[in-house]
Amino acid sequence: MRNVQKVAVPVGAMLVFLLLWEFLVWVNGWPNYVMASPSDLPEAYIRFWSLFVEGSWQTLWRTVAGLALAVIFGTALGMVMGFSRIARDALYPLLVGFNAIPKATLVPVLALLFIGQHNFNTVLMAFLISFFPIAVSVGIGLSTLEPEYRDILRSLGASRLTIFRKIALPKTLPEFFGALKVSVTLAFIGTNLVEIISPHGRGLGALFLSGQTNSNYPLMFAVLIALAVLGIILYYAVVMLEKIFAGWAERPQH
Amino acid sequence: MTNLIDIKGVTHAYQTPNGPLPVLDNLNVSVPEGEFAAVVGPSGCGKSTLTRLVAGLMKPDQGEVWLHGKLVKSPRKTVGMAFQNPVMLEWRTILQNVMLPLEIVASGMPKKQRVERAMELLELVGLSGFENKRPSELSGGMRQRASLCRAIVHKPDVLIMDEPFGALDAFTREDLWQTMHELRAKEPFTAVLITHDLRESVYLGDQVIVLSGRPATTQYVLDVHYPGEGLRKLEGLYTPECAQMLATLREQIQIAQGRQPEPAVH
Repeated sequence: MRNVQKVAVPVGAMLVFLLLWEFLVWVNGWPNYVMASPSDLPEAYIRFWSLFVEGSWQTLWRTVAGLALAVIFGTALGMVMGFSRIARDALYPLLVGFNAIPKATLVPVLALLFIGQHNFNTVLMAFLISFFPIAVSVGIGLSTLEPEYRDILRSLGASRLTIFRKIALPKTLPEFFGALKVSVTLAFIGTNLVEIISPHGRGLGALFLSGQTNSNYPLMFAVLIALAVLGIILYYAVVMLEKIFAGWAERPQH
Repeated sequence: MTNLIDIKGVTHAYQTPNGPLPVLDNLNVSVPEGEFAAVVGPSGCGKSTLTRLVAGLMKPDQGEVWLHGKLVKSPRKTVGMAFQNPVMLEWRTILQNVMLPLEIVASGMPKKQRVERAMELLELVGLSGFENKRPSELSGGMRQRASLCRAIVHKPDVLIMDEPFGALDAFTREDLWQTMHELRAKEPFTAVLITHDLRESVYLGDQVIVLSGRPATTQYVLDVHYPGEGLRKLEGLYTPECAQMLATLREQIQIAQGRQPEPAVH
């Protein structure tokens, strides 16, 4: 019963959403070149299916690659900030400032810096936009570790590395995954940003752009829906990882 | 009898933005092997600093801390610690939590033996059947029991406890006092207990050390002569002997707090 509910409720909600959308377009009498309706989409998918498959794969792997870099770099940065006050004081303003820059402005900068390196540019942007939440949460998780946790192992003569491995690392996992959920959508946005602003004919972003150039509104909306689906898949992949590695943080339901 | 713990003339001050804050001033504490020392004193008088010194987690500005005839300069593997916050590692089961010290100090010990040792202690404190639960599934008292098991699983020379029963309700606390005596009967250890509870200090301690207000120095040492034979019974707390010891301690605490003591009934 509960399993049926788990699937039926979100699927139902999606159907309601599509129906509302269809209704809105119908009641306003919007033609195809103003706003596409859900019933226009299947045709777009059928016609451009191979492009969708190729674009999705390009968007997906570049997002995941950028996110992987963000995890490695963000965790390392978070560790430095978590363990050293000086590093924290020095890096925070820099990081906050960098994070405040609209990343769209960086697209031309990167495009010029690494001219023609489209894959590299895109991965780099996905990384740049998504490492911040990871660095901050790992840093906070480590710096707020209660001293008793450390003392228990330190009084036994454990090394700093052992303390990190046995206590600090697992203890910050819930915070880490919380940040990763934010970062995964950010990385996805970063990838698409480059694909749309700096066109080089790759990924779902490029497909969107070609839809725009050709005034093919059903194609544009079909791309948007595909992006949403891809985003949902990525997000729930992170949720699954969280269940596996930090499932203990979920309190038993009473 | 030799002293297992010898704190000789320890003076220490913390560096704060407003200048040094002296917390310990010529503190002397001796605990013979196998004895249970309870330390009481006014709030914020440096009792926790004392535990960190004995554990070797910090060095005093002046004076010496000796453990088992050796000068303490850095953390020793022969110490077990328990705090008011049981600091369970939430991602481990209770059994894995208890086995944690063995992973550090006895990494060569076969897994089977580690499990046996941990299970033996869990049974002693009445936690058998809970070994595969997560800490979040246990009550505060049960977590503190597990924390005590973890503190002694590697058979430390010294068990250092910083108000381990402070956050528990009165009945759970009395239960744990009893558990403490049972543990000591089966696994003798030397213990230093920091507490705010005078009844606890008399019920558990072989000696009660009263520290003065900050900076703390040894103000008074009470040798506990607990009424009755064998394992101490809670009823003993309500005898005239205990009432008198408690009155003496209360008087000393008032002196430590810098107040005029009310005349104690001797």
